[in-house]
Amino acid sequence: MRELRYREALREAMLEEMERDERVFLMGEEVGHYQGAYKVSEGLLDKFGERRVIDTPIAESGFAGIGIGAAMVGLRPIIEFMTWNFSFVAFDQVISNAAKIHQMSAGAIHVPIVFRGPNGAARQVASQHSHAVAPFYVGIPGLYVCQPSTPRDAKGLLKTAIRSNNPVIFLEGETLYGVKGEVPDEGVEELIPFGASRVARHGADCTIVTWGRPYYVAMAAAEKLAADGTECEVIDPRTLRPLDMGPVIKSVRKTNRCVVVHEHWPYGGPGAEVVDRVQREAFDYLDAPVERVTGLDVPMPYALNLENEVLPTEERVIDAVKRVSYAK
Amino acid sequence: MGTPLPDKDDLLRQYRSMMRIRRFEEEAARNYAKGRIGGFLHLYIGQEAIAVGAVDALRDQDYVFQTYRDHGIALARGMPAKAAMAELFGKDTGCSRGMGGSMHFFDVERNFLGGWAIVGGHMALAAGTAFKSRYNGEDRVTICFFGEGSTNIGGFHEAMSLAGLWKLPIVFVCENNQYAMGTPLERTSALKDLSIKAKGYAMAGARFEGHDVTLVQERIAEAVDRARTGAGPTFIEVLTYRFRGHSMSDPAKYRSRTELEQKKQLDPIQVARERILELGVEEAKLDDIDLEVDEEIDAAVKFAEESEPARREVMLGTVYAEEGEL
Ligand SMILES: Cc1ncc(C[n+]2csc(CCOP(=O)(O)OP(=O)(O)O)c2C)c(N)n1
Repeated sequence: MRELRYREALREAMLEEMERDERVFLMGEEVGHYQGAYKVSEGLLDKFGERRVIDTPIAESGFAGIGIGAAMVGLRPIIEFMTWNFSFVAFDQVISNAAKIHQMSAGAIHVPIVFRGPNGAARQVASQHSHAVAPFYVGIPGLYVCQPSTPRDAKGLLKTAIRSNNPVIFLEGETLYGVKGEVPDEGVEELIPFGASRVARHGADCTIVTWGRPYYVAMAAAEKLAADGTECEVIDPRTLRPLDMGPVIKSVRKTNRCVVVHEHWPYGGPGAEVVDRVQREAFDYLDAPVERVTGLDVPMPYALNLENEVLPTEERVIDAVKRVSYAK
Repeated sequence: MGTPLPDKDDLLRQYRSMMRIRRFEEEAARNYAKGRIGGFLHLYIGQEAIAVGAVDALRDQDYVFQTYRDHGIALARGMPAKAAMAELFGKDTGCSRGMGGSMHFFDVERNFLGGWAIVGGHMALAAGTAFKSRYNGEDRVTICFFGEGSTNIGGFHEAMSLAGLWKLPIVFVCENNQYAMGTPLERTSALKDLSIKAKGYAMAGARFEGHDVTLVQERIAEAVDRARTGAGPTFIEVLTYRFRGHSMSDPAKYRSRTELEQKKQLDPIQVARERILELGVEEAKLDDIDLEVDEEIDAAVKFAEESEPARREVMLGTVYAEEGEL
């Protein structure tokens, strides 16, 4: 296998799917001539031309709606939000239209569309630009929600998303784009199915469920804990809807402890969903209440010292694992 | 329309105000490069005459809204450079106590009601303050700034629709600096002359160049008077240019060096400087102003450096307002 950056993995997924299927196109702000605000779509305009790589004005509701309309009659749009924060002005299109059309039309109309872009804090961009949006979308039947942590998952899931016949919310991360990781060699096609959690690290002492940027925080914390003799099993669900709890439940039955680590706010959302399912499906196996390490329950401040307090840290993960282990 | 003849003292004051913004932002850029400022930093360099001219067309009581490109208007409105720089440094002494950063300056005392980061998101808020002025029978006006790239989003249309329908006392100022991030106007708008949009909302419209502070002041004052006397809102397109990239992370490869150099010929500060000299002021007088401004900005950086970091209690304690009589 070779190493790719997360952004390169996403680019390859789009490139391969656009080569494979003429109906696939990319639309969004600065995706073409500027080569992508975060350079994810670099080179795609040169390769596919203005018909299929389309720069838009700042009009998220408009181009999200245009994507949905085009999808209703057979195209397969990839709609890039420059960041997910800007999806809020297109919320109505995604929630009231994209998520509803298939069932409302009794299955007569399909909406094969991907909405993608960077999600979550991007270092000191303050409250209006730092939303971790999974909780807003994950509760909506009719949508799939992907949040890959690694380059390999990013590529394999994006390919699946583009081929899906349903609307997919695809959450990337500005602070993930530069992350390197193994990706199957060129010519080796890997489609990662939705609803398949990945066990990223094996361990018998505590189960950690995590995704997105905090995945790396949790993995680093797990290494430190291992040095002290506590082996964590780290599980990345990869898709938050559908949410594959099988490997998590299996793990908790073994470790009897569970910590959930995520960036989004603590109130509800996929983090709380995981806890709910663990207590229902593995109640008799738990030796301690399930703990969560989350973004603090505040709008994101600008100042770096405070942002560092808001986001999950290795220390907070280590503390939580120790608490559920009743260790000092 | 010919350029109005400026008053010497007014122009000197405006020169100082523009210079203050320029030096502030040059220093901010330097400190960004040193890693003392983080996040997004959108510079206003090249557009200073608009903020300064507009402020002189307003009264202190009038409400002011701007996008994330907000240092210029905040300083022009009188925000101390110390409070502005400390905010960029993420300090407790900053104008938003380190909560907002570059994009979210606030100075409620001076009726500067914010820098806002979501394109189009602040325009209805501005209309809301104009609504309040009318509701209370006050003769206050609201001025709302935004870029030409913001004229395509729903928030623009809805704010303009309501302000036009209800004849709210507001002036919408579109600072057309030719580029929305990397995209030139011809690729974001079917209209070339944006001031035509005013007609669609039954508003007065205006369109003029933004490098001459005296002209800016006079033309915005016409719109402010219209709003103040109940004659309804105005949509203004000011033609301008930003000399720097969209933000610090933008190398601005989408425009040519020649274009930039040509635009710099109309640097609003140089234009004012030459005009002042034509009016018979000694060059030494201008140099003194430059020095005083330098000192003020240096002091601001020092203040920002030495201030205490933003505080956890402020972050936690301001999520909700306290209940009780307000
Ligand atoms: C709804 C929304 N979409 C996208 C963005 C990202 N963005 C920030 S500024 C900007 C360009 C705005 O250009 P313009 O309105 O012309 O103002 P200027 O930056 O030139 O002052 C974009 C696309 C945003 N902040 N909000």
